[in-house]
Amino acid sequence: MSAKETKKISIIEKSLKLFSKKGFYNTTIPDIAKAMKMSVGNMYNYFPSKEELAKCAIKYSTNVLAQDLREVNNMDISSKEKIYEFTRKYFKRVKKTPEIIEYFLRVYLSNREVFNQGCEGFLCVGEFVTEVMILLDEGAAKKEFRDQDFFAAFGMFMGSLGGFAFLSGEKVLEKDLLDYSDLIAENIYRALKYEE
Amino acid sequence: MRNKPKVVWIQALTCNGNTQSLLSSNASRFEQFLNQFELVYHPSLTHHTTLNDVLQSNASYDFLLIEGALTSNTQFLTLSDQSSTAIVEKLIKRSHYVIAVGSCASYGGVHAKFEHNDDVVGVQSVVGKKSACKSGHDTINLTGCPVHPEWILQTLYTLKAKGNIALDDEQRPIELYSHLAHHGCTRNEYFEWKVESKSFGLKEGCLFYEQGCRGPMTHSSCNKILWNDTSSKTRVGMPCIGCTETDFPRENMLETKKNIGIPAEVPLGISKRAYLSLTGIAKTFKIERLIGKLIDENR
Ligand code: SF4
Ligand code: SF4
Repeated sequence: MSAKETKKISIIEKSLKLFSKKGFYNTTIPDIAKAMKMSVGNMYNYFPSKEELAKCAIKYSTNVLAQDLREVNNMDISSKEKIYEFTRKYFKRVKKTPEIIEYFLRVYLSNREVFNQGCEGFLCVGEFVTEVMILLDEGAAKKEFRDQDFFAAFGMFMGSLGGFAFLSGEKVLEKDLLDYSDLIAENIYRALKYEE
Repeated sequence: MRNKPKVVWIQALTCNGNTQSLLSSNASRFEQFLNQFELVYHPSLTHHTTLNDVLQSNASYDFLLIEGALTSNTQFLTLSDQSSTAIVEKLIKRSHYVIAVGSCASYGGVHAKFEHNDDVVGVQSVVGKKSACKSGHDTINLTGCPVHPEWILQTLYTLKAKGNIALDDEQRPIELYSHLAHHGCTRNEYFEWKVESKSFGLKEGCLFYEQGCRGPMTHSSCNKILWNDTSSKTRVGMPCIGCTETDFPRENMLETKKNIGIPAEVPLGISKRAYLSLTGIAKTFKIERLIGKLIDENR
């Protein structure tokens, strides 16, 4: 990776933290430049605008999740076990780099106007959505999951994970997040599972 | 080859569809065919020769064209008091080239689904892949239900001129079966942007997800060599049902099998992951030009 690419990634990682803590509008390019110990002018060499940075950040963060899910998809285990595996990975991610999930929940989902030019629909989150499709398609093809509407299944899967990450962010959970992992995975599995 | 090669066309278990198709060929092409070939025998087109004449003569023929599936079981089919398999076995030795015309002759087709006779097969199963005909040329499968008339004529002309024809793994002429029905379909742009047709017979939309179109998985030149020189199934809004492939006829032919909304099979040559990511993105675009009617007279 070129030096410029590496720098871009560290800017994205820093801004994910700032955006998810302070929100999109309350975080300015000078804030990010300051955190990066860079000049504002130099920042623009990497990203022409805050919107552009926000779009790169959503691609970056969902690609991290896509990578996690791709690893699980490539494992030689049942679809049920894949759900358990990914839930564990996801919750570990929430603990280790909460900004990745928070950014999705607090910036991407709540500031749609920032993303509707050039990041419409699945354009910036496509890699992750594709992996969810692979997981669901394989499960249904093997008759582990029942056939149902894609969005109903997708919403069930991501809604549970995202919602729970949100509860964790709000610090309302009684136990450690990972203690809930298998319980949540079981709930997701039951919502998807094949019934005679 | 002699100036006027001799053609014998026999029919076994068939609906006569490929004959109908031949008769629907471009009129001048058909005339040309009749002028350049000698149609010695065809059960519905010739009157001066009978199947018995053909069987009893010692003459050799240039082309043995077989329409329909074969069976050795005389309970189900006899022609001149013999089974269709026996007739083919005899004639093949006296013919230069063996051509299975249509899907039933190629693989047994719809007749092979008949449960009470498990001996319904395609020509190749009787004469072998390396055919025992005089030229030793592989058995040629002209698949299709029915086969396009021009594919029959082109095959005959190629063999007449060159003496052989290159075949794919399914023994079909490469020249005719390398394209997919999807190639040249006028709906390709709709396919690209995932705009589906609302029902049969419309000009607008692709027929892949909702109507079961097999165009992207079916080897045929239906949209390159148009039917009646004019059109094709997909052009008029009827999905391709994959009639040139070995698995024809399949179950639920007008349906694309889906798991949780995701097609079980994706177009030939692309991985499912790559196809799904392209599709997911393409679907999110709303292209006004592709959503409305192509021709809206009330506008
Ligand atoms: S209608 Fe069938 S052949 Fe035509 S573009 Fe769609 S999938 Fe391809
Ligand atoms: S479009 Fe498909 S189903 Fe129709 S004739 Fe061609 S290959 Fe057969």
